[in-house]
Amino acid sequence: MKALFHRDQTSVKAVDGISFEIADGERVGFLGPNGAGKTTTLKVLAGLLYPSEGKVAVDGFLPQKREDDFLKQITLVMGQKQQLLWDLPPSETFELNRAIYDVPSAQFKQTVDELTELLELGDLVQKPTRQLSLGERMKCEIAAALIHRPKVLFLDEPTIGLDVSMQATLRAFIKGYNERHRATLILTSHYMDDVAALCPRVIVIDKGTLSYDGALDELVRRVRPEKRVVLRLERPVEATALSAFGKVVTHEAAQVVLQVENGAVNETIARALAELPVKDLTVENAPLEEVMSEVFSHGKDARAESA
Amino acid sequence: MSVRNTLRAFPTLLRVGFSEAVAYRAEMLIWVLATTMPLVMLALWSAVAREAPIGRFGQSEFTAYFLADFIVRQLTGSWASWQLSFEVRTGTLSMRLLRPIHPLMAYAAEQMAALPMRILVALPVAAIGLWLVGAKHLPHSLGMWALWLLAMVGAWLITFLANVAIGSLALYMESSLKVMDAWVALFFVFSGYLIPVELFPSGLRAVTNWLPFRYQIGFGVELLTSGYATAADTLPFFLRQWMWVAILGGLTVLIWRRGLRRFGAYGG
Repeated sequence: MKALFHRDQTSVKAVDGISFEIADGERVGFLGPNGAGKTTTLKVLAGLLYPSEGKVAVDGFLPQKREDDFLKQITLVMGQKQQLLWDLPPSETFELNRAIYDVPSAQFKQTVDELTELLELGDLVQKPTRQLSLGERMKCEIAAALIHRPKVLFLDEPTIGLDVSMQATLRAFIKGYNERHRATLILTSHYMDDVAALCPRVIVIDKGTLSYDGALDELVRRVRPEKRVVLRLERPVEATALSAFGKVVTHEAAQVVLQVENGAVNETIARALAELPVKDLTVENAPLEEVMSEVFSHGKDARAESA
Repeated sequence: MSVRNTLRAFPTLLRVGFSEAVAYRAEMLIWVLATTMPLVMLALWSAVAREAPIGRFGQSEFTAYFLADFIVRQLTGSWASWQLSFEVRTGTLSMRLLRPIHPLMAYAAEQMAALPMRILVALPVAAIGLWLVGAKHLPHSLGMWALWLLAMVGAWLITFLANVAIGSLALYMESSLKVMDAWVALFFVFSGYLIPVELFPSGLRAVTNWLPFRYQIGFGVELLTSGYATAADTLPFFLRQWMWVAILGGLTVLIWRRGLRRFGAYGG
């Protein structure tokens, strides 16, 4: 129990038997299908929901008490909720947060300058929020959420609905913030790219229980140990000629994707080079999306495995 | 939220709230149009009083009463109930709960921040009133003016607290707006907003004296139009007004605290 409340740990034992600890400065992704309990867990951690049983401690605080000192340490960004005042420029929300979080003027100015530069906010912050595009607004939302330099960031689908380049911008920024301020990051996202780019560690929540907690690479290796060998051929080849090399995942004209046991990759490549008109080839992991859908469809097996 | 932090943050909350009120000025003007009922009642009661005064109310008294009525409503209005109900249902209340300031203080600041805009609306009406009936109905002494101000603070508090208490019911039920509708209906009848309470039959007036509504509007209007001869006459009314402030304050805290435990933080 003492370890649970240790100052340097962000520790949780949540309602549905979910139990984990997150250290200072870690970046962790919550994965799970819709309705699995990711957001609920996040809301319990942020202090919005009262857990009916179990213990939760974040940075030594009981979140649901929502003490000022706790609230000043954390921030919650929800892709589908906003704190920016709709009809005023974001700069007004920044100012409001400065007052509410009691941020010293000099630090406030420095933070705003830094956020403006890194998020390329420019004169966006002077336009009424309602006139901003979704991507612009999300950048300003994140800026508003960081005015008080929180140590723990809860991000719930922060890139939802954004285009690919804006997603990349936000990811890079969030990662940078974590590195500069040693802030702890807990993220939920449906975009596997977010998770792959940001979170070395993932926690898989399925139907309210924890089914995996560990490194993302390890999860991929465990669920899909096979590699993908992508062959680009000089001319189309009959499907029957390919199946001898491994499981054919896709086969279209002159491009073939084979699924091959990890240990058999070298041998397969050697044979393919010898027997097929190979122009070019690459070896890849299975796409993360596919791995996850496998994890979720076999939730029970995975649970049994990790137990 | 410590009191010191709240006090320190309050000026900024008021300033930003004022900017918001300015941004919503068009909406506010429409709301003002919806509060012109006293002016309609003024025309109506003036017509009735043309032949002979009713009680102490002649045409000039009615004019003073209903213009003061309009002004008091402008200065004590609150929309927190609708806002709270909306924020609970959509889950936006989450954002407020995560800030280190009590949400009820933030609501209070937002409602107060609208006051300058409302005073701007009330001033021309006050000017027209002075031009029509002169200053003879206004409080005769500085003391009575001070009592009027105190009554206005009480009126604002009752209206705000009732709004928050009823709005917080949204934490227990699907929507608390129906409850607010019922409150508003009672308010229209018993507050003196449409009919001066002095003109009620005595039995009904006795009941009204113990209800909160008169202290939202009628009491302030009566003080502004010299409805009380001496400060001592106002005492029983002040006691009841502040009794209601205390009751609604306690009720609000209770409903809010218990309700928050049930808050689902929907959406997101």
